[in-house]
Amino acid sequence: MWIYEKKLQYPVRVSTCNPKLAKYLIEQYGGADGELAAALRYLNQRYTIPDKVIGLLTDIGTEELAHLEMIATMVYKLTKDATPEQLKEAGLDAHYVNHDRALFYHNAAGAPFTATYIQAKGDPIADLYEDIAAEEKARATYQWIINMSDDPDLNDGLRFLREREIIHAQRFREAVEMLKEERDQKKFF
Amino acid sequence: MKQVPKEYYELLEQIQTVDFALVELTLYLDTHPADYQAIQQFNQLAQRRKHLKKQFESAYGPLQQFGNSYSNYPWNWNDAPWPWQI
Repeated sequence: MWIYEKKLQYPVRVSTCNPKLAKYLIEQYGGADGELAAALRYLNQRYTIPDKVIGLLTDIGTEELAHLEMIATMVYKLTKDATPEQLKEAGLDAHYVNHDRALFYHNAAGAPFTATYIQAKGDPIADLYEDIAAEEKARATYQWIINMSDDPDLNDGLRFLREREIIHAQRFREAVEMLKEERDQKKFF
Repeated sequence: MKQVPKEYYELLEQIQTVDFALVELTLYLDTHPADYQAIQQFNQLAQRRKHLKKQFESAYGPLQQFGNSYSNYPWNWNDAPWPWQI
């Protein structure tokens, strides 16, 4: 069961209305390596992973939901004061026609979110390697967005999220080692 | 899979009962913010929930994490059973 807490994990500030940056950021909302995909991927893998790493998948999956909320806050703040003209200039005209300023689970190119972004092999090593790869891809995406952004306030939040991807990848690597250790301890006669 | 005693299920059911009432009251109060009696009931149940949580956790380990529950040594958040294993 989940309980909502009325706060962000880390403060989200935005210097100026900037729909172009929002368009990039949507990649981390409804994209293949975005926060929604991450949360759904880890929480779904918990049932068939050894007990030793269920806690880790639960906690990282939960933290990803908090990151999803941070991305949504960024997109909202970057677009809430934009005129239709500004949205058009930022390449969000098609988004505006369909959704006005509402958020939608799609990637930066407008492709809607799909469950095919998520793998579930039922093999613990295969699943954890997928998770490590997903974290590294998300880290890279945050870096590319930071490189495209000239908003120092937004970048502060994005750097926090980038660092979390590094920690998550590190913990997943450790989980792989824990499982290998467990495997090697098993005695066969 | 770790076996859990009968009391585990009983205490858990008490928590689930109180929690369900709290979910219902939360949604109700979202649209009826001035119902004094409902708020009284809500606060009473919130207190009961705290008590039950303490009782459950001291016997069977943490219900929540990120600091919402205390831990024994060693870290016992990872301990089975998970909700889908009981």
